[in-house]
Formats: sequence, C-alpha cells, structure tokens
Amino acid sequence: MGRPMQVSRYWRHFKEKYRLIGGKCKNCGHVHFPKRPICPECGSQEIEDFQFSGKGKVVSWTIVRNPPSGYEYYKPYPIALVELEEGPVVLTQLTDVDPEEIYFGMEVEMVTRKVREFEEDGIILYGYKFRPPIK
Amino acid sequence: MRKPVIIGVGLTPVGEHWRLGLRDLAVEALLNAMEDAGIDKVDSLYVGNMASGSFVEQENLGALIADWAGLGNIPAVKVEAACASGGAAVQEGVKAVMSGLEDVVAVVGVEKMTDAWPSDATRYLAYAADAEWELFHGVSFVALNALAMRLYMKEYGYTEEDLALFAVNAHTNGAKNSYAMFKKPITVETVMKSSYVADPIKLFDASPIADGAAAVIITTEEKAKEFVDKAKIVEVAGMGRAIDTINLANRREFLFLKAAKVAAERAYKMAGISVGDIDFFEVHDAFTIMAALSLESIGAVERGKGAMLAKEGQIAIDGDYPIQTLGGLKARGHPVGATGVYQTVEAVWQLRGEAPNQVPNAEIGLTQNIGGTGSNITVTILRRV
Ligand SMILES: [Zn+2]
Repeated sequence: MGRPMQVSRYWRHFKEKYRLIGGKCKNCGHVHFPKRPICPECGSQEIEDFQFSGKGKVVSWTIVRNPPSGYEYYKPYPIALVELEEGPVVLTQLTDVDPEEIYFGMEVEMVTRKVREFEEDGIILYGYKFRPPIK
Repeated sequence: MRKPVIIGVGLTPVGEHWRLGLRDLAVEALLNAMEDAGIDKVDSLYVGNMASGSFVEQENLGALIADWAGLGNIPAVKVEAACASGGAAVQEGVKAVMSGLEDVVAVVGVEKMTDAWPSDATRYLAYAADAEWELFHGVSFVALNALAMRLYMKEYGYTEEDLALFAVNAHTNGAKNSYAMFKKPITVETVMKSSYVADPIKLFDASPIADGAAAVIITTEEKAKEFVDKAKIVEVAGMGRAIDTINLANRREFLFLKAAKVAAERAYKMAGISVGDIDFFEVHDAFTIMAALSLESIGAVERGKGAMLAKEGQIAIDGDYPIQTLGGLKARGHPVGATGVYQTVEAVWQLRGEAPNQVPNAEIGLTQNIGGTGSNITVTILRRV
C-alpha cells in the first residue's frame, strides 16, 4: 500500500519512539506520554523531557486479525494498553509472546523493534514494542 | 434565538452501491429531502462526511454536491468530525438557522466506502485515531474498541454473549426498515459463531462498511408553516458536542465517554429536559460495546449497567429504553460520515409517527453520534411539535 511519507515525518519522533522519552510538567510534576506542549493537568507550558523506565503492565489487549493495509505482514498480532511504571498508559504492540498467554496485569518491558516496512521505496520504521521481561 | 425545526427528510438505502458514486447518493438523498419539505431552493448546504479524500479521492464536497444538485451559487461546506461528521453537520445547519443568518438550510451526510479495498478502508477509518501514536502501531478501529470491550467485561462481569444482545436487538429492529443494509433477524448464536476481527470483537459485534446518504431540511418554526403541515414539523430542541483526547491511551478512564456526558448535558440543558423524559435513543453502536458505554455516558443508566439493560430486554421497542429503533449502525449500516444524518432522519420518522417500527407515543428522541474512539461526540434532542 502506497508510498511512504517523507522520512522526516517519522524521524521527528525518534526520542519518543526509540527511547520512550515523554514530558514532565515543571509546574505540577505531572508526567505524560507522548510529550505535549501544554500540561494536561495544570495547563503549564513549562514541559521538560522525561525518560520512562520502559517497565509496565498490561491494562487491556486485543489480537488484530484484520489489520489496516501496510500491516498485513504481522497478522495476527497483539495490541495492548500498557500502563507504565510512572503512570501514563501507552498503546503498543506486544512482541515475543503467545497471544494465549497475555493476561490482565502482565508485566512487560519496552524493546525496540521493526514496526513497519514499506515495500516500494524501502524505509523501515522502528519503534517501541513491549514484551514479557527476560528473567 | 429562533427555534429550529426539521421539515424534510430524505435518504438512500444503506448498502453496497456498486452502480452509484458519492455524488449520486448525496444528490438523491438531498432531492428526496427537498421534495419532502416542499422546497426547490435552500440558502446553504452543509455536508457531513468523514473521509471522501481517502475513499474516493474527492474533497470540496460542498461545491461538488451543491453543483450537482442544481442548488446554484449558495455557500456550501463539508463538516468533518470523523464518524460524528453527520451529527456535527446537522448541528452546524441548526446553528446557521438559529443565528438568523440563513433561513432554509440543507444538510446531507454521505459516505462512499465500497470503492476501496477492505484493508484500505480499515486504514482510512483508523485515520480518525491518532496517526502518530495509534495507527503507527498497526491498530485498527475495531481493535481500539476491542480494548474497551475486554476491559468492560472484566470490570463488570459480563460475557461476550451479554454484549451480543445489542446486535440481536439492532437486527430485530433493522428487519423492519426497508432502508437498512441487513433486514434479517439474528440470534446470540449468530454473533458468537462469527469470526474474531479483533478479540473479543467478532464480525457481528461490528457495524458493516457501507455506502449511503441521508439528508434533512432545517428552517425556523415560523417559516416552516409556509412549506409543510404541522404534523411534519419536528423541533431540534437541544444539542451539544464535545471532544475528548484523540488517543485512547491518554484517556483518564477507558470505560466512560466523557465527551458524551458533556455533550448530553449541554443538550438536556438547552432542551430543558432530563434524560428520563426521552422516549427513545439512537445511540452510536458502531460496536456492541459502544452501545453499552453510550447509554451509561449519556446518563440513561449508571456505570456498568448498560449491558444489563440489554439483558433485561429494556432496549427493545416496547422496553423502557428503546435503542436503535430502525437497526442502528449495526443493522441499518454505518456509512461513517452519513450516520449522524441517518439517525436524525430515523428520529424524525419516530416523532412524526411514520416509523415502520414505531415507538408508541414518542415525543422526545435522542441521537448520539461518536467520532473516533469517543474523541468527538454529538448529542441532539428532537421533539415533536
Ligand atoms: Zn502541570
């Protein structure tokens, strides 16, 4: 499906997507992901980068069996809401896990993985996914 | 401010219209509505549409549709609020009439979805989510709703069978509606036997991809008398609209549609009614879980009890909370940007006493139209004059 966008569209989010850096409000201390220009808690515009630990637990999950075009290669794949240790929730693919083994509250950790590959012009998108921690 | 009323409705059947394009559907619905209202010109046109640029490579729908409907050099624009585009377009039309700027306004909701491949359609629908933080990860719209459904079942102890009852009710009612896409009743077993699209959402928990257009004509109570008999006039008594975070993960609560609550409260206040006064509800059941969450969020029932209403049979035509009286999104079909206008047309039928599946003595009806995963919601109250 289709040509990829300019690389800059993806590159501008590398801090969030490769390293899980979000925002922290200097005024009220609220942390959020992704980083916003305005604190959703107090409205302050004084926001600094905040490094998340990458640890979290599964709040809810589903198995995508009819994906949007461009993601057929992975199907079926699990998508979850993961609550990070520091509070915010992120939507993410789960990886290295059997869909049958996912449960409420399952502990997961962030890893960097290939998210999408464009066939024609060849850019490959990377980003965070979450997996059960390697003990 | 002037009192807005609806004096004409028109629509096309919802379905897979292989022979008709977007403009054909829109013009047909629009002309039907103008004929119903007994008018041959309007002051302006508002087009509810979500994703014509993606589905059929056509934007500028105001010009396209007004031009092809022969409406002359009137002002005409597209209104977009994802799947709530239709509801939002109706409200924009009402605002224009209330303000005094325009006297007779046409609103048409249209979506032509079957010209796209299914996996591309899935992608275009996901454009209503947050592209960078949701679609990027390969999520579909169904999957976002599935995350809520799984959580709802766990939180309140419901089963997939319990939620299937919303689909059964919708199909029972849709069977009476000749404009509905599905005119066959189904059972809980039908839903349970259908395959998973995004667990726990199955094919029959979800509304179908479809084509369709619906239209209404709005004017003032004063002016309405020039065109139609009193029996055809339905008042737009209240309306409200609100947004929530576009990204589901950024929501404080996953099982409450805050935008629906805010929109409904605004609509109740404007209409001077409370939720208990409402005789029927056309809520946005794009997925069975959304029917349950909608009933709770607009205050019809307390949290966690939405699915209980279905179990107790209260959502049927003869129940205390009739919903989806003409099939809802599930059975009538969900041509996304048109849906809010279909809901309006069906509510007008109920209030005129013309519905094929009539709610006895219906005086006040509510339509609730959801865009995104609860991120953009309209609530409109219609009342018999
Ligand atoms: Zn703050």
